[in-house]
Amino acid sequence: MANIKSVSKKTKAQAMGMHTEVLTGRTQQKFFNPDEAENFYYFGTYDVDFNKRTDLDVKDMTAADANKEIDNLMSQGYGTIVIKNPQGKHSIGVGILNKLNLIFEGSLGYFGIGSCDGPIVRINGRVGWSCAENLMAGKVVIEKNAGSCFGAAIRGGDLICKGSVGARTGIDMKGGTIIIGGDAGAFTGFMMQRGRIIILGNVGINLGDSMYDGTIFVGGEIGSYGSDAVDAELTKSDQDWLRRKLKVAEIGENFDVSKMKKIVAGKKLWNYDNLEPTEKKGAI
Amino acid sequence: MGSRYVSRLLTIKIRKEEKYMCGIAGLIHRGKSSKVGHELQGMLQALKHRGEDSTGYALYGDTDGKNFIMRFKVGENVGEGSTSVAEDVSVYDERKKIVDTYLNEMGAKIIKEERILPYSLRYEIEYNKKDLLEFSQKIESIPGVEILSMGKSLEVIKDLGNAKMVCDRYNLDKLVGTHAIGHARMATESGVDIKSAHPFWGYPFSDVSVVHNGQLTNYWNNRRALENKGMRFMSECDSELIAVYLAEKMRDGASLEEGMKESLTGLDGVFTYFVATNDSLGMAKDTMAAKPLVLYESDDLVAMGSEEIAIRSILPQEIDTYDPFDGEVKVWQI
Repeated sequence: MANIKSVSKKTKAQAMGMHTEVLTGRTQQKFFNPDEAENFYYFGTYDVDFNKRTDLDVKDMTAADANKEIDNLMSQGYGTIVIKNPQGKHSIGVGILNKLNLIFEGSLGYFGIGSCDGPIVRINGRVGWSCAENLMAGKVVIEKNAGSCFGAAIRGGDLICKGSVGARTGIDMKGGTIIIGGDAGAFTGFMMQRGRIIILGNVGINLGDSMYDGTIFVGGEIGSYGSDAVDAELTKSDQDWLRRKLKVAEIGENFDVSKMKKIVAGKKLWNYDNLEPTEKKGAI
Repeated sequence: MGSRYVSRLLTIKIRKEEKYMCGIAGLIHRGKSSKVGHELQGMLQALKHRGEDSTGYALYGDTDGKNFIMRFKVGENVGEGSTSVAEDVSVYDERKKIVDTYLNEMGAKIIKEERILPYSLRYEIEYNKKDLLEFSQKIESIPGVEILSMGKSLEVIKDLGNAKMVCDRYNLDKLVGTHAIGHARMATESGVDIKSAHPFWGYPFSDVSVVHNGQLTNYWNNRRALENKGMRFMSECDSELIAVYLAEKMRDGASLEEGMKESLTGLDGVFTYFVATNDSLGMAKDTMAAKPLVLYESDDLVAMGSEEIAIRSILPQEIDTYDPFDGEVKVWQI
């Protein structure tokens, strides 16, 4: 666990009240210089051309075969791949560490687009549980509804659902932005540690339960607040950011963001990690 | 314990459960009949990776509504994977004879008799009394005999193996009806046997059946309380509690939907369950929404399952589906 210290010099995000802690020591925050982003790549990634487009019908393929074929097409330089007939299959489009335009003509099952870093994905259907789990970077747009654990543990990127989502959206998220056009279920933002969640509709019970940090914006009614989730002032810079984000996300462009509620961590549970060994002893 | 530690444990538990538990499926045709046996078989077979220790069907067939259909067993399937003890087939014959004698004593006339397997039977019975409690208690007083279902249209068929195996074994493919619910089971809380398999009949109510995905944590407290009120349990499967719980609520005058809404607080744990009656199909999801459910709804068909691929087995075209929210209860009529 990193030391948590307050410092006088604030980042822009800190100034906006989106997070307050600065991590030091082994887990010290490091930010990449955007100018050098092109120099970072994963082993096994491909140089693709977005204008080189192909279709892939996965109707009679297993998820493993479909994923291998996506990889194969990327290795041939295809930068835009349209997946036909996904028909609710699980775990499709996972582990893509590449720039890629990936379009699904249909719905996905569970664990779709998991552990990705970089692709721009559009799903013209719905997704099941745990969509885009562990997303590192990129943009994922779902045109219909999503299941529970939407964007679980994402680190970065934009995850957008134009419909409604199930429970535990953004559970354990550590960065990035999740935008929901409709309603969200119970335990939204459960244990989130950083990042932002925007919900234009209503949200269920226990919103932001045990959240460490991060920010949740809600446009509709809130079922109930979770442990340590508290209201915060919606600043002008928050509103500017929300408008910009909703416009980029092509969702709720005309939504009145000035009436949104802002929820942050009350930080009353911060000492928990120091107490944990004692608690464990007590339990034993 | 600190709430963070509990939260961690809960997260781990939820993530494990969503991957390794049973699957449920259900459908209801509104305003028409269809081959529901075939359709449910496809849906449950699509979910077989969620568990194939046993599979069960509750099918609501087209009947004239005059006679009762009683599905019952006089023994267990002791095939591969079963946790039951093998018995001689002659024991089954003895039990069947006693059932026949008791039916005769209670004034129930057997119209049609089918012995599908040595341990599994289907009777069409003319029986004019409405109260099935006394009837069921009498039949089930025979050791080893259990009524799987009793109703004017309901037929509960459950056995070891995946959906296709059970469907083929009992020839369910051609059964025509309006609605059905089913269950693909990975046994975690009780034995691999027919008595612990779903669906559960809502004893002693005619035509009520339940399937469940999840775990109930206040099973024993509820069971003790319900047994003290005279309710009957046949297995140690926590899911049976839902059927008995709802039956008790209905016995006390609650409607099905009222009973289901009460169950959200009366039952503790994680659950998504379906209930069906002779003319309706309902679903309930716990207040933590910890178990999955995907739902498709149109004017003439409602189909739902633990995963979308179950629905896609009968509707391969692109459709709009959604996840019901936490604490949601829905009931549809045929």
